[in-house]
Amino acid sequence: MDDMMFFTFLAALMGAAWRLATPLIFASIGAVFSERAGVLNIGLEGTMLVGAFCGFAAAFATGSIPLGLLAGVGGGMLFGLVFAFFTITIKADQIVVGAALNLLGMGLTAFLFRTYYVSTGKGIEIAQPVHIPWLSDLPFLGEAFFRQNLIVYSTILTAILATLVLYRTAFGLTLRAVGEHPKAVDVAGRNVATYRYAAVMVGTGLAGLGGAFLTLGHSNQFVEGITSGRGFIALAVVVFARWSPIGAFFVSLLFGLFYALQLMLQAQASVVVPYQVLQALPYIMTIITLVFVRGKGAAPSKLGQPYEMR
Amino acid sequence: MSSRPFLRIDNIHKRFGPIIASDGVSLQIDEGEIHALLGENGAGKSVLMSMICGMVRPDEGEIVYKGVPVRFNSPREAIRQRIGMVHQHFMLVPNLTVAENYILGRGSAFRVINDIDKVHAKIRELSDRYALDVRPDALIEDLSVGEQQRVEILKALFNGIDLLILDEPTAVLTPQETDRLLTLMRDLVADGKTVVFISHKLDEVMRVSDRISVMRDGRVVNTVSVDHTDARGLARMMVGRDVGMELVRSAAAPGRLVLSVENLICRSETGLPAVRGISLGVHAGEIVGVAGVSGNGQSELALALSGLLPVDSGRVVLNGKDITGLAPARINAHGFSHIPEDRHKHGIVQSLSLSENTILQRYDQPPFAARGMLSRRAIGTHTRDLIKRFRIKCHNENQRIGDLSGGNQQKLVVARELARNPDFILVNQLARGIDIGAMEFVMEEMLKQRESGKAILLISTELEELFAICDRILVMFHGEILGELPPDRARLEELGLLMAGKTADHSEQPTLAG
Ligand SMILES: Nc1ncnc2c1ncn2[C@@H]1O[C@H](COP(=O)(O)OP(=O)(O)OP(=O)(O)O)[C@@H](O)[C@H]1O
Ligand SMILES: [Mg+2]
Repeated sequence: MDDMMFFTFLAALMGAAWRLATPLIFASIGAVFSERAGVLNIGLEGTMLVGAFCGFAAAFATGSIPLGLLAGVGGGMLFGLVFAFFTITIKADQIVVGAALNLLGMGLTAFLFRTYYVSTGKGIEIAQPVHIPWLSDLPFLGEAFFRQNLIVYSTILTAILATLVLYRTAFGLTLRAVGEHPKAVDVAGRNVATYRYAAVMVGTGLAGLGGAFLTLGHSNQFVEGITSGRGFIALAVVVFARWSPIGAFFVSLLFGLFYALQLMLQAQASVVVPYQVLQALPYIMTIITLVFVRGKGAAPSKLGQPYEMR
Repeated sequence: MSSRPFLRIDNIHKRFGPIIASDGVSLQIDEGEIHALLGENGAGKSVLMSMICGMVRPDEGEIVYKGVPVRFNSPREAIRQRIGMVHQHFMLVPNLTVAENYILGRGSAFRVINDIDKVHAKIRELSDRYALDVRPDALIEDLSVGEQQRVEILKALFNGIDLLILDEPTAVLTPQETDRLLTLMRDLVADGKTVVFISHKLDEVMRVSDRISVMRDGRVVNTVSVDHTDARGLARMMVGRDVGMELVRSAAAPGRLVLSVENLICRSETGLPAVRGISLGVHAGEIVGVAGVSGNGQSELALALSGLLPVDSGRVVLNGKDITGLAPARINAHGFSHIPEDRHKHGIVQSLSLSENTILQRYDQPPFAARGMLSRRAIGTHTRDLIKRFRIKCHNENQRIGDLSGGNQQKLVVARELARNPDFILVNQLARGIDIGAMEFVMEEMLKQRESGKAILLISTELEELFAICDRILVMFHGEILGELPPDRARLEELGLLMAGKTADHSEQPTLAG
């Protein structure tokens, strides 16, 4: 590769990285909320699938991407309500319920898709990149940062908003306390269960949004298992990011980079590595980060534990 | 003083399933007094106080506060009525700052926090007024226990109180911190507030309170004015017999060297140097005390010896075997018993039963296990035996240990560790939260262990405890051993100087026994 080609490659890589990171950013920031409140939702994969499917179905019916995104959020939250009911109200084990919801999400979306949509063979209009005057036309930088659709740009807003809510509002303060010392919150006169429900709703709503991005802002179709493990990777991102929303944003970008690298290397004729190895790159990186980043110290101390007022 | 009582508790009953915690308890608190509450472990002191502050609801009976009958459904309602409580276990969120803890649950649930500067100012003002030394922006997890307690008291003041309830506030404090707290209580009363406090330490009760109530079996059996009683009388009221702190102790006859520590160096959990080269030896049949103001590396020394904290350098040898850096379970298996400082962290598993807690280290050994299965019968018999011998107040051995009163949990830890028939016993704060009757019993048990040839290392901030049973006392300061003294009350002053880090040039050099 000469210099020119290298820069083109790099610009395309960065642009793709952010796009590919987008579902992870939404899902992991959502997971930061629920985990800060002490709820570990491993059902994110299923939740994202439901979001992807609902988003697709709504956009298919109405032709509107905003409505599709809304449906994605709604579908995710509905799924989250089931999770919250079983883990917070019934106090069932969070891992077991999460695993069940993953299976349910996969089965349900595959079933509905095959029943109603697969024969149509039609896709939907996806969100188009917005052209920002001047910036989008910049050499290198334009391609790398300023040719994305609005959903991708909104990840920045989401990260900032999440940080403000978590660290600058009474709601965020209470949420952080709920994951560490729920009894203190109880004694201070706030209902622990309410906060955990709210945290799960934020988490699954954002996961649904991340899923919907896959069908509405990335590929124009729903495919069975379209999330391909992103829900699980989001959980790893949260650990790496030490439960901070801004951290989750940047760590997701890093993972997006692995996805993009993998895709683009596959397209390079000069690379001789089998493509399966490249495809496995994001997952291998996940395992490596989890081995080397021991985030235990920063984890909310009541993560995964139901609360009982005695 | 007003004619109607400030707080009147009338014939309150409270049961937890089959357990009767309050059995028709009645009590009157006058405005502006310091009222001490005494009683054996499990007498129902904490439960009674929890009912006053809205944590627990009484089954029957009446609470009349400032002349009006009240019935609090939550601590929040009690706080609104200007009642504050500092619990035996603090209610502070470790990952938040002091100020954030104070505003938790206040105001609208969705408001933006934009008044934190005002909160900081108010905290500083209160902190200055009562000399509490609380920084509003400090993270709770960075504070020592004593500091956290001041944060809790300031929290009550911040909320505004007329009545402050303190549940065993001095159990975790050093003597210096205790003095400071007693002064603070007096200051609060001078400001027109009323204080109720629970304690097992009769001397401080005599020093600070106006009136004293004694509880037994869920009832108040007596209330006396401090002028009409003394420590001896109080002890008799509590346990129904005379409790003398003078224990009979045979002359020391140290045998072989059981534990030797050579130049031990380790850091605290936060990575700061904590133990800076300690050498000591403990022989069979002797009790060696470690005195010192808390925070001078005693906690880390105990954790490092028991394998709970990594050792940077140095050697720990038990029965001639190098146990440095071994896992705690392996160290335990070498005849090492540990009565830890923080029973909730290192002593018990709250959600398990008493039985399960007694066999934590030995669940896989006979007679508790046979052919890979637990033997319920053997475990039950053993636990019931300990419960009886140590007079642990509980319903039965299958009860969750977390539901026991604090002192009874401690008794179980002591019972378990002694029952393992160890060669060496490491004790960090023996009597944390146990009543005077039980304290006497536990100390006698320690002396019996000594008679039978065990080696005991007793770390304590309570000088009385050390004088009562130790054969010699090492003084720890800044992670080092500054000197060694005999347990002679006449040399109290010298001990105090050593604890403050002042070595008299001419006398004791740091003793390196072993
Ligand atoms: N939540 C609970 N469930 C069951 N039993 C309980 C519970 N809380 C307290 N008890 C029981 O009520 C009795 C009184 O307990 P309480 O904690 O008031 O004792 P205490 O006087 O404070 O003792 P200590 O000096 O050891 O702290 C004990 O027998 C205890 O086991
Ligand atoms: Mg108590």
